Amino acid sequence: MSTPTTTQTTFAAGHDLRRRPRIREITIKGFLFLCGFLSIFVTTGIIYELGKESLLFFGRQQWGNTNKQIAVAIDAEQTVLELGTQGASVSAGIYRIENEIIEIEIVDGAIVTVQRGVQNTQATPHRAGLALEEEIRPDVVEFFTGTEWAPHLGRFGIWPLLNATLMVSGIAILVAVPLGLATAIYLSEYASSRARNVLKPILEVLAGVPTVVYGFFALTFMTPLLRSIFGVDVVNIYNVASAGIVIGILILPFISTVSEDALSAVPRSLREAAYALGATRLETALRIVVPAAISGIFAAVILAASRAIGETMVVAIASGAGPNFTFNPFKAAETMTGHIVRISGGDLTYDSLDYNSIFAIGLFLFVTTLFLNVISQRIVRRFREVYE
Amino acid sequence: MRSKRRRSEFTEVGSKLTSRHTWGKIWLVAFQAATLIGVVVLTVLLLTIINKSFGYTAIENQVDPDSLAVAGIPLEEMSKETLIEALRANVSAGLFARFENDQPFDERPASDLYDLIQEWVINPAVLETWNLSDSLLRRDEIAALVQQKYPGAELQFRSWLNPDFIRSQQSSHPEIAGVRTAILGSLWTIFIAIFFSLPVGVAAAIYLQEYAPDSFINRIIQTNINNLAGVPSIIYGILGLAIFVRAFSMFTSGVAFGAADPATANGRTIISAGLTLGVLVLPLIIINAQEAIKAVPQSLREASFALGASRWETVRSHILPNALPGILTGSILAVSRAIGETAPLVVIGASTFIQVDPEGPFSKFTSLPIQIFQWTVRPQGAFQNIAAAASLVLLILLLTLNATAIILRNRFRRSY
Repeated sequence: MSTPTTTQTTFAAGHDLRRRPRIREITIKGFLFLCGFLSIFVTTGIIYELGKESLLFFGRQQWGNTNKQIAVAIDAEQTVLELGTQGASVSAGIYRIENEIIEIEIVDGAIVTVQRGVQNTQATPHRAGLALEEEIRPDVVEFFTGTEWAPHLGRFGIWPLLNATLMVSGIAILVAVPLGLATAIYLSEYASSRARNVLKPILEVLAGVPTVVYGFFALTFMTPLLRSIFGVDVVNIYNVASAGIVIGILILPFISTVSEDALSAVPRSLREAAYALGATRLETALRIVVPAAISGIFAAVILAASRAIGETMVVAIASGAGPNFTFNPFKAAETMTGHIVRISGGDLTYDSLDYNSIFAIGLFLFVTTLFLNVISQRIVRRFREVYE
Repeated sequence: MRSKRRRSEFTEVGSKLTSRHTWGKIWLVAFQAATLIGVVVLTVLLLTIINKSFGYTAIENQVDPDSLAVAGIPLEEMSKETLIEALRANVSAGLFARFENDQPFDERPASDLYDLIQEWVINPAVLETWNLSDSLLRRDEIAALVQQKYPGAELQFRSWLNPDFIRSQQSSHPEIAGVRTAILGSLWTIFIAIFFSLPVGVAAAIYLQEYAPDSFINRIIQTNINNLAGVPSIIYGILGLAIFVRAFSMFTSGVAFGAADPATANGRTIISAGLTLGVLVLPLIIINAQEAIKAVPQSLREASFALGASRWETVRSHILPNALPGILTGSILAVSRAIGETAPLVVIGASTFIQVDPEGPFSKFTSLPIQIFQWTVRPQGAFQNIAAAASLVLLILLLTLNATAIILRNRFRRSY
C-alpha cells in the first residue's frame, strides 16, 4: 500500500503525468462557446422584443386621433359637451381628452353627454379646441382578416400590406425562377470553363449591388420603361410591377448560384449513362440532371422567395407609399417592409400606435421568412439524393 | 418485308433525331439568352446611373459672380477680408449676424466664406437637368430650348460626381450638396460593426469547427446561425431600435459616459447603428470563417496534436494562420454587405438632414445608402442626379473592397 504512494510522489516531483485541469484551455473554450452562444441571444432577443411589443400592440389600450375638438371650454363637473364640426364622427364609447378618460353615453348632433373621469382618471377642466382621442384596441383576428390598414382610424387589417408583399414577391419569383434556372443549367451543363469564368463574377457583381441602388434603378429605369410600354395612364409612377421585376433581377444571382451548385453536385456518371443510352445534351440536362438536383433547386427558390418577401429598399422607393388593397400590379401599393420604413422614417415616438404596429408587422414578417428558411433547409436535408 | 420494316423504323428514329437535335439547339439558345439577360441588366443598371450622373444643366444665378468681383479680382482669388465684405454687402444684417454667431468669421477659413457666398449670395438654382445620352445626342435642341424657356440661365455640362461632391456637406440645394457627412458616417458605422462582429464571429466559428462536440446544443447553435443569415435585414433594424436605441439609450446616447447632454440626447447614434450592422453581419462572418477553417487540412491538426500541442495552441499557431486569408475575404464580403445596408439604419432612425461631421460614436448619423435613398425619393430632378452620383461613389467603394478581397484571396491562397 505504501510502496505505490512513494512511487507516485517521486513521479510528481519530476514529471506529473496525471491529468491536470488546464485552466487556460478551459477559459478559452468557455469564451469561444459564449461567442457561439451569442447567436442564440440574438435570436431570443428578436423573438422576445418582437413578441413583447406585439403583445403590447394587441392587448393594450391605445389612442387614435379623431381630430374632433371640443368647441367650448369645460370645467371639471360639466357632463354635456359641445363638439366642433371638423374631424371624424364620434359615437358612444371611451375617449380621451388630455389625460382624462371620458365615456360618451349619448350623442345628439354636436352635443354629447358624457361620464367624466372614468377608468380612475381625474376630471379636470379643458380649454376649447382640444381634440378627442378615440380608444383603440387592435385585435388579432382583425389583424389577420381585415382588408384596411389605417391604425389611426382603428383599422388593423394586414391584408393590404400582405397582398402587396405577395404580389411583389410573386412577380419577382416569376422573373427570377425561369431566368435563374436557365442560367444555372447553361453554366453547369453547357458553358465552357472560360465562359463560366467570365459569367460567374458578373452574377456575383449583380448580387453585390446594394438594394438601394436597385431601388433607384427601378424608379428611374424600370418604371419609365413600363410606362412607355403599357401607357402612362395604365401604369402609375409608383407601382408594384416595377418593384417586383427589379427584385426578381436582384434575387436572380441567388437562384442561379445555389441551383448551379445543386446541378454540379450531380455525379458525372449519371450524365455519361444518359449519353451512352443516346440522349442528347438537352435531354440529359432536363430529364436526368435537373430531376436529380430538384431538391437543391426547390431550396434555392424558397430561399429566394424569403429574400423577396424581406426585401425593403426597392419597394420603399418604387412601389409607393400608402397601404392599398389592389390586385392591379400597375398601381401603387405599400408592402409590409415598405410600410415599416415609411413610418419609421420620421422621429418615431416610443409606445405610439405606429411604433407598436411595426413590431406586430415585424413579427409576422420574421415568422414568415423563418418558416420559409426552415422549410428550405428541411427539403435539402430530407430529399437530397445521395450518390456514392 | 422484314428489312422494309427495319428501314422504316430507322427513318423514324432518324427523323426524330433531327427534331431532337433541333429542340436541343432551340433550348440552348434560350439558356444562353437567359444568361445574357443578367449581363445586359448589369450593363443597363450601370448605364442608367452613369447617364444620370453627367449631363447638361440649366443653372440660373441669383447674382452674377462677375458682378461681385472687386477691382478685377474674381471671387475665387479674393482674400478673406474682401470675402467678408462681399458677404456683408449682399446678405441681410440678421443673416450676417447669424453666421458670425454660428462660428466667428475670424475662425473660419476663406474656403468656408467662399461657400457661404456661393450658397447665400450667388445662390445658383438648377432649373432643369438632362441625361448624358440626351446631352450628347440632342445638344442643339437642348441649347435652343434653354434659350427659349430660361433666358437668364446658363447651360453647362456638369459632372455631378466631382471632387466638390465628395468634399461638401449635405445641403438642401442639389448643386452644392455633397456626400462628405454620409461617407464619414458610413465609415464610422462600419468600423464599429467590424470591431464588434469580427472577433466574436471568428471566435464563434473556431468554437463550432474546432471545439464543439456534436451535441444537441451545438446543433441548435449551428441551425440558429444558418437561420439568422436568412432573417430580413429590416428585422435587425427593429431589433436595434428596441434594444440599442431604446433599452440601452443610456449607453448608446453617451449619457452614461458623460459624452452627451441627458436632456437632448437619444439613442439614435452612430454606435447604435454600428452595433445593429454588427449583429446583422455576424452570421455571415461566422459562416464564412467556418468555411475557411474547414478548408484547413486535417493533417495539420493531427501533426500539431502529435507534437503535444494543446487544442488552443493548435488553433492559434496552425489553424488561424492558415485560415486567415479565407477569414479576411469573408469579412470583406460581409463589410461590403454592411456598407450597402439601408433599411435597418432607416428603422433605427438615421438623421434625415445633418450638416456636421460625426465627431464620435455618440453623434447622430447618416450614411451613404441612406443619403441615396433620401435623394432618390425627392421629386425634384436634380436630386436624382446627385442620387446617381452618390450611387456611383458607393459602387466604386464596393468594387474597391471586392477587388481587395479577390486579390487577398489569390495572394494568400495555399494549396495542399
